[in-house]
Amino acid sequence: MISGTFHTSYRSDMALRRTWLERLRLGLFIAFVLAFPFLVGKKPYPIFLMNQIGIATIGAIGLNILVGYTGQISLGQGAFMAVGAYTAGILTARFGVPWWLTIPIAALVTAAIGAVFGIPSLRLKGLYLAIATLAAQEIIIWVVTHWEAVTGGVDALVVPPPMLGSLRMNTDFRFYWIIWALAGVTALLTANLFRTRYGRAFIAIRDQDIAAEVMGVNVFAYKLLAFAVSSFFVGVTGALIAHYRGIVTWERFTIDVSVLYLAMIIIGGLGSISGSLFGAAFMTLLPALLTNLGRSLRGVFPAMDEFIPYLQQASFGLVIILFLILEPEGLKKIWDDIKNYFALWPFSY
Amino acid sequence: MDTFIQLTLTGLTNGMILALAALGFVLIYKASDVINFAQGEFLMIGAYMLYAAIVQIGLPWTVGLAVTLLGAVVLGVLVERLVLRPLIGEPIISVIMATIGLSSLLQALVRMVWGSQPKAFPAFIPSTPVNILGATVGADRLWAIAVAVVMMLLFAFFFQRSREGIAMRAVADDQQAAMSMGISVKKVFAWAWSIAAMTAAIAGALVANIIGVGPHLSHFGLRVFPVVILGGLDSIPGAIIGGIIIGLLESYAGGYIGGGVNQVVSFIVLVVILMVRPYGLFGQEIIERV
Repeated sequence: MISGTFHTSYRSDMALRRTWLERLRLGLFIAFVLAFPFLVGKKPYPIFLMNQIGIATIGAIGLNILVGYTGQISLGQGAFMAVGAYTAGILTARFGVPWWLTIPIAALVTAAIGAVFGIPSLRLKGLYLAIATLAAQEIIIWVVTHWEAVTGGVDALVVPPPMLGSLRMNTDFRFYWIIWALAGVTALLTANLFRTRYGRAFIAIRDQDIAAEVMGVNVFAYKLLAFAVSSFFVGVTGALIAHYRGIVTWERFTIDVSVLYLAMIIIGGLGSISGSLFGAAFMTLLPALLTNLGRSLRGVFPAMDEFIPYLQQASFGLVIILFLILEPEGLKKIWDDIKNYFALWPFSY
Repeated sequence: MDTFIQLTLTGLTNGMILALAALGFVLIYKASDVINFAQGEFLMIGAYMLYAAIVQIGLPWTVGLAVTLLGAVVLGVLVERLVLRPLIGEPIISVIMATIGLSSLLQALVRMVWGSQPKAFPAFIPSTPVNILGATVGADRLWAIAVAVVMMLLFAFFFQRSREGIAMRAVADDQQAAMSMGISVKKVFAWAWSIAAMTAAIAGALVANIIGVGPHLSHFGLRVFPVVILGGLDSIPGAIIGGIIIGLLESYAGGYIGGGVNQVVSFIVLVVILMVRPYGLFGQEIIERV
């Protein structure tokens, strides 16, 4: 009977995965991701959903770095994603830059823009920062739709398909590997980030900014850094969307997207990488599930088709409210509760 | 000169409507420190309720307006009781997300009931053009200004003279002190939300009379932010003056600069104000040094 996890060396205390059970779970998850396309027999739809989850996970981890770990609320996520998508799209479509090179470039450009719009965080906190980033969202999208010479305005920007040799990469099955490889790298980098001086400083700012300043953390510099790092991963998401879909339009990056990603990390769990994954999966699967449910009910209720979008929107709002009231710490907390229950099983209370 | 007067009049009327929408917003913030992202949906629902009462049921518009206001009170109290009260004491991001979730839910419910197509609104205020100093403006817009002014006077009276208004100011100032003076803070919150929903419904009726009823009315929810930040989040005169300034600014930007600048100019002002003077023109100054 284990009463707790006790470490006898610093090495094991500092490790990313500290117990064999954690390592086993991670191994199982990786095996699942690797086997998934073959488990579903390479059918496009499940792989497409899984790709959506992977892309959303990268963006949700990015947002979580800023909101969950550093405590800075951002409603500008959608616009930052647009910066990433348009940078990648324009570089490939107009300048013929290879697609794999545009992903890091887009990420860096987004990081720079994110840092610029992080400047108001010097003076603003909480509510006011949320409103400032809301303004950033509106301004960036306005620029995207009106700077026609560069972005093509409100028209869709068509991105040539990414090629590897003579292989077209943006089929559901082939892009799957790119997305999940990047998602894995993102998760690993983020997990390690919060074991470094920088990550600890982010957490210190979230918990008590005055105390952090007193301890010698340059609050403003670290806030800007948090905006940049967070936007970097959001830029990766944007670039992936551009190459995967082959089309970039501003409508995919409105304030609704910012809200969607915030909902993901709140429902998943603030300040947690696995929470970001849970949230991304939940918010991707919920509308898909409702769509399928509606389609299967079509025989019974013929009017179901036009109801589905409303149902999705309503359930989106309802799920956010219910989680905030009933389980504010999100799916991560539920998962932890399950783990704790079985850790002391059969004597759990 | 004619263009100038025309733009000024248009800006003034738009600004007054924005100010009305902002009033409810400021009221909720003042009383309970909650930013209501669903204010635009309140406005939209008000317009739809009036539409249902006048067109679908066929009530005369006076009765319809009364029913709408009653419905708005019910909506405000329900929202406060079911969504916001369980979240008292939670972090800001939770409260923000709750009202965002609420806006999504209300938006969806409205679309389920009335569909997503905009509907023509029976003009219960005539829109005959009126000539002022060489510029023409619809009579409905002038009525909007008049109603807005009356509403603001009522607000001023309510806060200065009525028992509930004074209680609300006390709660806004210090919840604990107000509680120990025998004021029911819960009741005050319910008051604040229902009055906010009522002003939103009136603003919705005025806007619907000018541009029709549709889901697009909820956009006013976002357009309110520059107004309240400019005026100061917790200042009622600020909401009015902020509304007029933003209305005029958008109107001039649209008329003299063009190119869609009017859609973004208020948000640029918003960022500048936040950087220079976050508490706005009339808001209470909170000094905090980190």
